[in-house]
Amino acid sequence: MSDDGKLVADVIARHGHEPSRLLQVLVELQEALGWLPPGVLTQVAGGLGLSRAHVEGVAGFYSFLHARPVGRYRVLFSDNVTDRMLGAPALMEALCGKLWVERGKVSEDGLVSVDTTSCTGMCDQGPALLVNGRPLTRLNHARVNQIAELIRRQEPLAAWPAELFHVDDNIRRRDALLGSSQRPGEALKAAVMRGREGWLEEMRAANLRGRGGAGFTTAVKWMACRDAPGAGKVVVCNADEGEPGTFKDRVLLTSFADLVFEGMTLAAWATGAQRGFLYLRGEYRYLLEPLRAVLARRRNAGLLGRGILGETGFDFDIDIHLGAGAYVCGEETALLESLEGRRGTPRIRPPFPVTHGYKGRPTVVNNVETLAKTTLIAINGGAAFAATGTAQSTGTKLLSISGDCAYPGIYEYPFGVTIERVLEDCGASDVQAVQVGGASGVTLAGYEFHRRIAFEDVPTAGAFMVFDSSRDMFAVARNFVHFFAHESCGFCTPCRVGTSLLQGYMDKLASGHGAMMDLADIEWIDRLLKNASHCGLGSSAPNPVLDTLLKFRPAYERRLQHLDFAPAFDLDAALATARRMTGRDDPGAHLDTTQEATP
Amino acid sequence: MSGTFLFDGQPVPFEDGQTILQAARAAGHYVPHLCWHPDFPAHGSCKLCIVKVAGRHVSSCAMPAKDGMEVESNTPEINGERRALLQMLFVEGNHFCPSCEKSGNCQLQALAYELEMLTPRFNHFFPDRPVDASHPDVLLDFNRCIFCELCVRASRDVDGKNVFALTERGIHKHLAVNAESGRLADTDFSAGDRAASICPVGVILTKRVGFASPIGARKYDAQPIRVVAMQEDE
Repeated sequence: MSDDGKLVADVIARHGHEPSRLLQVLVELQEALGWLPPGVLTQVAGGLGLSRAHVEGVAGFYSFLHARPVGRYRVLFSDNVTDRMLGAPALMEALCGKLWVERGKVSEDGLVSVDTTSCTGMCDQGPALLVNGRPLTRLNHARVNQIAELIRRQEPLAAWPAELFHVDDNIRRRDALLGSSQRPGEALKAAVMRGREGWLEEMRAANLRGRGGAGFTTAVKWMACRDAPGAGKVVVCNADEGEPGTFKDRVLLTSFADLVFEGMTLAAWATGAQRGFLYLRGEYRYLLEPLRAVLARRRNAGLLGRGILGETGFDFDIDIHLGAGAYVCGEETALLESLEGRRGTPRIRPPFPVTHGYKGRPTVVNNVETLAKTTLIAINGGAAFAATGTAQSTGTKLLSISGDCAYPGIYEYPFGVTIERVLEDCGASDVQAVQVGGASGVTLAGYEFHRRIAFEDVPTAGAFMVFDSSRDMFAVARNFVHFFAHESCGFCTPCRVGTSLLQGYMDKLASGHGAMMDLADIEWIDRLLKNASHCGLGSSAPNPVLDTLLKFRPAYERRLQHLDFAPAFDLDAALATARRMTGRDDPGAHLDTTQEATP
Repeated sequence: MSGTFLFDGQPVPFEDGQTILQAARAAGHYVPHLCWHPDFPAHGSCKLCIVKVAGRHVSSCAMPAKDGMEVESNTPEINGERRALLQMLFVEGNHFCPSCEKSGNCQLQALAYELEMLTPRFNHFFPDRPVDASHPDVLLDFNRCIFCELCVRASRDVDGKNVFALTERGIHKHLAVNAESGRLADTDFSAGDRAASICPVGVILTKRVGFASPIGARKYDAQPIRVVAMQEDE
C-alpha cells in the first residue's frame, strides 16, 4: 500500500468506518495531503461503505476541500467589505505580484496559490487572511513582504513568527456575561440543585431568546425537545459563525469556552440529552486544540461524562465537528446534514430539529452566545436575567463592531441600546450607514440611528459594520451580493440562479453599463428570492440590495448610463480582437457609439 | 387528521399526511412541478409548485395540508413567479429546444408553454458542460440538467446503485457519476434502470431511439402538461 493509502486507511479506521464521519475524514486527509486526489476519494468511499459519487459530492460542496491540486501554501484573503475597506484588494495584488502568481491559480511550481474567501471573522483586526487554514491578522505591506519572503524560502508554517498569528479579543465593553466571574461548574451546580423541572422553570422566567438572529425562545425549544418522543437526544452548539462582520463567537470560544460548554451541559440537564456536538466553522480551526483541552479539563473535573456532579443518570459528553467553509451550514438543518457527513443542504421543514434532528433524533440547536447566557440564568435565576434588556428582549447582546470606527471589537450591551449610543461608544463619526446583522441583516441610514437593538426593533445576530460618508453603499451591497452568490448551496432554483443573476446585474452597474430597466429586474429578482427560496440564505440574500436601493438610491442611479435599456456588453470593445487581427484602429474600424446611443 | 381546505376557492378534502400538492392533485387540481414525482418523497428544490397560504409562499409538494387553510395557486401573481423560475432554469443551462431530441417530451419545455413563457428575460449563462457519450446505450447531456435529483433518487432508492450524485455548490453545482474516471461507461448503470427513464428533461437519453417518434407527435404535442400530468404517473 502506498504512503497515502496507509494514511487514508488509518484515518478511516480512527473514525470507526462510520459513514457520518465522512466530512471529518476528508478534513483530516486534506490537512495531511494538501488536497484530495481522485484515488483518495475512491478509497474513502470504499472504507466508509459509501458510493464514490456521494464522497465526491461532499468533497465538492465545501470551499476548503480541494479535489484538484492547490499550492503547498494556500493563501486566502478575507473578502468581507470591512477587509476591503482596510485595503485588502491592494495587499492581495501586492502579494500576487511578489510571488509571481495569478489570483485563483496555482503557481507554476505548485508552491503557492492566492485567492479570496468569505469573511474569516477577524473584522476587528483586518485585513486578514488564512494561510493553510491559519488566520493572520492586521495585514499591511510590511507583513505582506514578510509573508512573501517566508513562502519563497519555503519556511514551514510552524517556523513562521508566532506574532503573525496573534488574534486579539478586543473586548471593549463588558456587561453581565463578559464581566461574569463564575467558576467552571458553578452554574451547573446551581441548576442541578434546582432539579430538571426547576431549572426549566428558571429558563422560562428568563425569556431568553436565541442570539443567532431568529430570536426563538430557548426554553420553548428545550421543552419541545424534552417532550419529543425518541431516545438519544442531542444538543448542538452552532459555532458556524459565518455571517460577514460577526466575530463574537470567536471571542467566546477563545476566552469563555467554559461558559459555552457549561451552557450545552445545562441544555442537556433540561432536555435529557446525552450527546453534544459543537459545530466549529473551518475558519476557526485554530481553536480546535484549545477547545479540546477545555473539554478534557471539564471531564477530569466531573463536569462532563458519566454521572456529572455525582448525579446518577446525568450523562453527557461533547464532540467537536469541523466545518470546511460553507456559510449555509449556519442554517440549523444544513448544519445537521453537515454533522451527519453530507452536503450542507437545508432540509424540508417541518419536521423541525426538536423532533427530528441529528440522525432523526430530537435535537436542540443553539447559538454559542445563547448557550453561554444560560449560565447566568442558572446562577442568578430567571427573574434577575429578565430584569435587564427590554420586555421582549431580555438580557444583554454581544455586538461585533467593525468598519469606520476608532475602537472596533466586542461590546456587550443590555438589549434596547440605541444605534446612536453604540456609535458614540465605538468612536464613529461622520457615519453614513450601519449594517446591523451582517450581510443578511438590515442597512440603517442616518435618520434611523435612534432605533434600538432588540428583537422588536432592530434584531441582530451581532454584526455591526460602520460606514462613514466616504463609502460607496452600492459597493457595499455588491460585496454582499457576491458573498451570497458564492455561498448559495444551489439546492433551490431561486437562490441558485437568482443570486448569480443579481451578481451579474450589480457587476453590470459597476462597470458603467447600467440602465433603469436593470433596477426593475433587480427588484423582481429580489422579490423571487424573498418569496420562493428554500431557506433563510436565499430569502435574506436580497436584503442589502433592497435596503440600499430604498435608502441610498442615488448610489445606484449615478451608475446608470441610460434611462431605459443598455446591453450588458460593450459592442465596440467586442470588436477589439478583430481590430488586433487586422491591424486596424482607424475610425472606420470602430462603432460610432455616440450615434448608437441617440434614438 | 383529515379535513378540507380551500384551493383557489374550491374545497379540497385531504387525508392525514397528505401534502397540499397531493391532495389538490387527487381532487383534480393541477399544480405545476418539476422535481416532484408521485413515486418519490417530496424534494422541494425546483419551487415551481409554490403556492400562497395565509400570505406566505410555501412549497405545496412539501407542506402538509391543514384543515381550513386557504391556498392560492392559479393566480397571476403565483404564475408570474413560476414563469420567472422557469426563465431562471432556462438561462442557467443550455436549452436549445429546436435541436433537442427530448423536444415534445420535455417537462421543462411543456411547462414553459403552459405558463406562457415567451422570452428568457434574463441573460444566458452559457455554461460549459461537456456531454458524456461513453456508455454504449445511454447519452448524458448535462447542458439540460435542472437539478431535480430524480435520477439520483431513483438510482439510489429504486435501482440500489447510487450511480448519480451532485457535486460542487451554488451555480457551479453539477451531476457526478459513480466512477473515478467520471465516465458513465465505468459505472454499473444500465438502460433498464429506473433512473434511465425518469429525467423530466433531456439529460439522460437512450441511444438510437431519439427520433423514432417524430417531433410534433409526441407526449406534450398532443396534450398540454396540465392534462398529461393528471393522467399518468409521469
